[in-house]
Amino acid sequence: MPNASEFPRIETGAAEWVEVEVDGQPIQVRAGDSAAAAVLAAGLVPSRSTPVNNSPRAPYCMMGVCFECLLEIDGTENVQGCMTEVRPGMQIRRQQGARHAEPVTHEDRQS
Amino acid sequence: MQATHHSARTADLCLIGGGLVGLATALGLQRHGLNVTILDEADVALRASRGNFGLVWVQGKGDTLPEYAQISRLSARLWSDLASRLREDTGIDVELQQRGGLYLSLTEQEVADREAMLLRMREAAGGDYPFERLDLQQVRDFIPEAGPEVAGATWCPEDGHVNPLKLMRALTEAFLKHGGQIANSGRVESITPLAQGFKIQTPEGEWQCQKVVLSAGLGNRTLAPMVGLDAPVFPNRGQVLIAERVRPFLHYPTGHVRQTGEGTIQVGDSKEDVGFDSGTTTEVMAQIADRATRMFPILRGLRMVRAWGALRIMTADGYPLYQASEQYPGAYLVTCHSGVTLGAFHAGPLADWIATDQTDLPLEVFNAQRF
Repeated sequence: MPNASEFPRIETGAAEWVEVEVDGQPIQVRAGDSAAAAVLAAGLVPSRSTPVNNSPRAPYCMMGVCFECLLEIDGTENVQGCMTEVRPGMQIRRQQGARHAEPVTHEDRQS
Repeated sequence: MQATHHSARTADLCLIGGGLVGLATALGLQRHGLNVTILDEADVALRASRGNFGLVWVQGKGDTLPEYAQISRLSARLWSDLASRLREDTGIDVELQQRGGLYLSLTEQEVADREAMLLRMREAAGGDYPFERLDLQQVRDFIPEAGPEVAGATWCPEDGHVNPLKLMRALTEAFLKHGGQIANSGRVESITPLAQGFKIQTPEGEWQCQKVVLSAGLGNRTLAPMVGLDAPVFPNRGQVLIAERVRPFLHYPTGHVRQTGEGTIQVGDSKEDVGFDSGTTTEVMAQIADRATRMFPILRGLRMVRAWGALRIMTADGYPLYQASEQYPGAYLVTCHSGVTLGAFHAGPLADWIATDQTDLPLEVFNAQRF
């Protein structure tokens, strides 16, 4: 996926490229990026919807405070994307509404 | 102090204390056409109404006092009407659900003890007291997520719950909409009986009224003697844990765990005698979490996001105090630890009693002479 966002990357060093999947699409990010940065780089905003009103949200503070960047990461829901470093092959998904009480499964995502 | 504070403001009736008890009673009094003012202390007050669990609960209430069982059930029956009126008046849905509730137990002995208690209550009620004892399989018909350590439960179809913070807001808005006044008056300093009515002195000035209702929770202890009453109430702390919102899975409230209409998991039911300390302790929070996760192992994966302590307004027998002053007619004491369950009773029959000084209900059993 090309960089579809309004967040152009500023090259600051020679970190390796890492491939992760965001909602099933492969994207290239730098090693050391956060999952929230990966979502922004992919232009995948809104990246979640709120549990009560289903209102759209995207990463905001990028420093662990605002909880707007909640994502499903490798099957775990409501993870703070900005506090999670990418790993090769990481599966990142949008957090739609309230999380499930039980571990998330493929069937849950279809519904 | 500014000059305006020296001129007394007047009302037909003043309630001292604007929590769930005061507000519900006030709404009922407004329906009698009374001009009602609530004097509410300030945010330094103990605020039991902001810390409670939100159950509209029937089963087991009044096991040693049939009249308490009677008013609890009466209130549960009146609750849907109160919720409808609040929605009409304010547009706020207080998330009332009354499809029944379960009290889960982790030991066979506790299930057996509760069944015996509820059988005694059924007998005291002349056979009219709906409940069932459930084994684990039957519990799972209601809540499939009940864990293997659950020994059983008692089920009562009259139990339910509301969102207590939305209730607080709805009561406040409805009261104001019907012309009520809420004064953040600070702590009432004195209540002086006059030849006609009462004079109430506060840090924010003076009020005069024909009738006065003490609905100040633990504050009633010092207020009651000012109007010839006694309010032997004391604090009993409960701690509550809140877990992150999850999709609905707990479709019935239980005595220890419930899920709100917005998905929040609320866990509680600790009881501690620690004076006026409304804080939290790691030890009790751990006990609460341990019991809840044994009842519902699915909770183990959830994040806890908040915890708080709040002080119940307790009497020696746990029952309310409803009393009119004989020495100073027109003064009333109204206090209990079940301001949510009894909310519809307070907004109806209890307010009717205060407005008219007449009732068919056996309210005399709730006076302080029993202690």
